[in-house]
Amino acid sequence: MKALHNLVEKVKPNFEKGGKFEKLYRTFEAFETFLFVQGNVTRKGSHIRDAMDMKRTMFHVVIAMTPVLLFGMWNVGYQHFLAIGLEVSFIDQFLHGLIRVLPLIVVSYASGLIVEFIFATIRNHEVNEGFLVSGLLIPLVIPVTTPLWMVALATVFAVIIGKEVFGGTGMNILNPALLARAFLFFAYPSYLSGEVWIDTALQEGQQLVDGFSGATALAVLAAGEMQYLPSALEMFLGTIPGSIGETSTVAVLLGAIVLIATGVGSLRIMVSVVAGGLFMAFIFNIFAVNDFMAIPPYYHLIMGGFAFGTVFMATDPVTASQTGTGKYIYGFLIGVITILIRVVNPAYPEGMMLAILFMNVFAPLVDHYVVAANIKRRLRRLKSTTVNVQS
Amino acid sequence: MSDNTNNPQKEALLSPKNQKLLSNPLDRDNPITVQVLGICSVLAITVQLKTSLVMAISVVTVMGLANVIISLLRKGIPPRIRIIVQLTVIAALVILVDQVLKAFVYDVSRQLSVFVGLIITNCIIMGRLEAFALNNKPWPSFLDGIGNAAGYGWVLLAVGFFRELLGSGTLFGYQVIPNFLYEMGYENNGFMILPPMALITVGVIIWVHRHRNRSLVDIS
Repeated sequence: MKALHNLVEKVKPNFEKGGKFEKLYRTFEAFETFLFVQGNVTRKGSHIRDAMDMKRTMFHVVIAMTPVLLFGMWNVGYQHFLAIGLEVSFIDQFLHGLIRVLPLIVVSYASGLIVEFIFATIRNHEVNEGFLVSGLLIPLVIPVTTPLWMVALATVFAVIIGKEVFGGTGMNILNPALLARAFLFFAYPSYLSGEVWIDTALQEGQQLVDGFSGATALAVLAAGEMQYLPSALEMFLGTIPGSIGETSTVAVLLGAIVLIATGVGSLRIMVSVVAGGLFMAFIFNIFAVNDFMAIPPYYHLIMGGFAFGTVFMATDPVTASQTGTGKYIYGFLIGVITILIRVVNPAYPEGMMLAILFMNVFAPLVDHYVVAANIKRRLRRLKSTTVNVQS
Repeated sequence: MSDNTNNPQKEALLSPKNQKLLSNPLDRDNPITVQVLGICSVLAITVQLKTSLVMAISVVTVMGLANVIISLLRKGIPPRIRIIVQLTVIAALVILVDQVLKAFVYDVSRQLSVFVGLIITNCIIMGRLEAFALNNKPWPSFLDGIGNAAGYGWVLLAVGFFRELLGSGTLFGYQVIPNFLYEMGYENNGFMILPPMALITVGVIIWVHRHRNRSLVDIS
């Protein structure tokens, strides 16, 4: 550690003003702060400096995503060998998934960080750590069969159009990871819907088992084939086809515990999204005119990306509502809209992505009215007290 | 331009002032990227380069002629009914353009469908008539009309170029993206065909434009 620190200190002058690589100072700074806490001292104003800078905060989210990632890797292998009807060991399943998922992560990080570094250098601001999370979220919300160049393109699009045009991390209106997924969803629909969820790349002498169906639970329901619906336990554990990270509700719950315990993720939003989803599902239950509407409400929580979106996407501190009451409204509406899209709109089997993006856009409006209502209430209180004093 | 010896008071046809009328709308007064007018037609008809080009030519024609006609009539139009008069002139010209399109390029005319008719409501045209042609002589009005329509046109063509190239892999209907790219796994970007991407493309053009022309950046 000491040697590393000495090395950093030794090369530092090269990057500072007048040094050989002055232009690359921001790149250097990013690596330096990644390794060590910055030696900045507050010079005026309040002298409190939290150790939880953005880099540390983002790192907590990455830790929270680890169970989801590991499970997703295993599930990729598990589904693959299930599809070709081979019995292999747990380690082989995991390794297969690792080999398939790792390139997606590398491509996502590389393409996104290149854009981040270029913008940081041009605009001379710090490299935004926000991408540490987005770069891992993007591979988790897409099917494992997505071509790598599409991942790179979607990542670049999301970082530039979703984030940099608004001024970088903390200024974005839409969640960059979801924007990347939405880009893929609309640009290359055939790669993001249908039977793309399972890696079915066959080697010599292999073939798919009879009756193989790669459809997700939501697609099965949308098609009305109730007999193919996985059991609730399977959906809860996550041994079902789907995007890499979204299938397992258990792993997502582990992540949720980390997020809530460290105070990074908002419990209010998570609770209200679940409440909204259950509420809407209950309403559909009352009017149940088809099988999809009649399924138990809690099924919606364990199918598709509901759990993943609730914990990792809706709670994004930048794009969610900021006020306390606003968070309840924001979360509740996400839940309601998600179930609405799922059940009513046959074109989009999964509604989580669109619901969150939609509410991202409305989050500032929600905040505005919450603040306005608060001001109004306090004004009224002020008036009533002054009247009392006079009388 | 020193050959105007007969009438020294008369301004040269392409005096610096008149040149400005032509060139300003292309750059620092661009109706789309600076004034943000006429966006709806940009979203609607830029899926293909061909429709963009036909639309651009139509708007240039309508706008140039409408500006001249209103400018000629400007002393005779009672101010109270000037909007109606302007609309009548534009509508008449648009009907002419529509008929010509139907006669010579029927398929493009079908693709443009209602948007040829909607040139009437294009805010750029009304705006220039109100702001310029009503107070200026025919020749400057003509230049102003052509210039603004060209400013509108180049953005239309730029958006159409990127949308057709990336969305369909063609330009003017001819395949441009080579086949071996498709064999390597390249796919046309379906998002480019949807209207939101037209808006984003316009946004990127505005971004590049402001980056090159710093005087447009509002730093209030």
